Amino acid sequence: MQLDRDLVLHIAKLARVELTESELDVFSTQLSEILAHFGVLNAVDTDGVEPTAHTLPLTNVMADDVARPSLPQDAVLALAPATEDGYLRVRAVLEQ
Amino acid sequence: MRDLHYLTIHQAAALLRTREISSRELTQAALDRIANVEPRVRAFLAVTAERALAQADAADARLKQGESGPLLGVPVAIKDVLSTEGVATTCGSRMLEDFVPPYTATAVRRLFDAGAVMLGKTNMDEFAMGSSTENSAFFPTHNPWDLDRVPGGSSGGSSAAVAAGEAVYALGSDTGGSIRQPAALCGVVGMKPTYGRVSRYGLVAFASSLDQVGPFARDVRDAATVLTAISGHDPADSTSAPVDVPDFVADLDRGVRGLRVGVPREYMPDSLDPGVRARIDAALAALETQGALVDRGVSLPSTEAALAVYYIIAPSEASANLARYDGVKYGFSYRQGSGMWDNMEKTRGRGFGTEVKRRIMIGTYALSSGYYDAYYLKAQKVRTVIRREFDAAFERYDVLVAPVTPTTAFRIGEKTADPFAMYLNDVFTLPVNIAGLPGISVPGGFVDGLPVGVQVIGKPFDEATVLRAAYAIELGGVQEAPRPAL
Repeated sequence: MQLDRDLVLHIAKLARVELTESELDVFSTQLSEILAHFGVLNAVDTDGVEPTAHTLPLTNVMADDVARPSLPQDAVLALAPATEDGYLRVRAVLEQ
Repeated sequence: MRDLHYLTIHQAAALLRTREISSRELTQAALDRIANVEPRVRAFLAVTAERALAQADAADARLKQGESGPLLGVPVAIKDVLSTEGVATTCGSRMLEDFVPPYTATAVRRLFDAGAVMLGKTNMDEFAMGSSTENSAFFPTHNPWDLDRVPGGSSGGSSAAVAAGEAVYALGSDTGGSIRQPAALCGVVGMKPTYGRVSRYGLVAFASSLDQVGPFARDVRDAATVLTAISGHDPADSTSAPVDVPDFVADLDRGVRGLRVGVPREYMPDSLDPGVRARIDAALAALETQGALVDRGVSLPSTEAALAVYYIIAPSEASANLARYDGVKYGFSYRQGSGMWDNMEKTRGRGFGTEVKRRIMIGTYALSSGYYDAYYLKAQKVRTVIRREFDAAFERYDVLVAPVTPTTAFRIGEKTADPFAMYLNDVFTLPVNIAGLPGISVPGGFVDGLPVGVQVIGKPFDEATVLRAAYAIELGGVQEAPRPAL
């Protein structure tokens, strides 16, 4: 699988990461090489094998429905680059 | 008096208990050592001297009141991937260069409760992605055994700090080998516990189904001491396992007579560096001398597929985890763009380094529509196969022994241009994360003046047996390890 420049650009758009021109070129080659290696998986017979998402014998860990103290709002908002009236401030989400 | 900065935890604790030294003296000795060697080693992103001395004084007050504990008053270095309230936690990234967390990671909190003294935060590959600490956004760390070589990664600052006598012990994180590989390359003990053994609360997430926190130490006894302190269920991490934590130190010297040791042949390929092979053989001989039963006929046939499984699953999880860095909530924020999306793309484009972007790209691709089944789902199925092969092996063996790395430490800059060559460093460690097993790197001697690590892999939640085997390898080796000439 060869990743051309346009596909790399498309993936970068999906990931919301701006790439430089040189990164686009280098990634096109490097990602193709890495994806080519993934072909070794086809040698493993996985017919009827369930996927593993994690290795613990745990499912649906439930917490008691009890209110606990959380971090103070001002301490968390102090980390944000811009806030207003206790909210995170962002540029307009819906553009014209 | 001997060099205070090369004491083990148990040696330091004995001197503190009998009041032969104070925690302040021990901490000052570490800070002096840091001042002396840090210009060459560069293990720390930040040294928090004032805070360390305050914690040392608090520990001395507790000692004075007759309190004792193996970690009380002993200085530690913390990988900068673990959140520390009031102390910047950068994760080796421009993205978090100014991030000061409002809370402390559970593993660190447990050390603080036990009276640990934090010396500072250690360097790492950005977001723990790398095998050489060269992906740090700030500077590379140097291997104390040869300053032109890498210390390994991603926890290279922690391993170098312990090897260089800058900290008595350290914490790191291991997603595909990031504790064991740098421990091997720096000649210290490093352990990745079973997935779920140590809380991940406050550990900056890379790949959530693979990440574990663990210790670096000068000997196996110290590693067992730290592991005992940081382990256990935490309501703040629903994937921390509700299982009992034994005292991992208690059974260390029970010996290995009758212990069934398997050596998977896929981990000893013909291409293995002959020097590394000789050191693994020596460790196996030491185990046999002490009564262990070594069988070299083990096969884990899907080992060859592990690298691909890892480089699909870890980047996929990373691409989801790192979506949180949007320039809105915290961290670096580009604000001069043409709109919200432009700001977000430029925030991530400029805040992340090349390797992080590369992995986000791999993960985004593997999870994208049309490729999900071929890559991500297939990798998860092969993950099941790999785990089953380990499970089958552990029906016949108590532990598996293997190399940690295919070679000793490589030169700084040698592999930065070829990401795939860099990934191959972790070929013997990442299957252990894929299967969620405990693994340790214990020093196995030297090749041409560079340390070699021996890996011991165990059954889930059977760290006690892993540590016991590692302790036997340590006993069978050089009693008084040489120190790097710094």
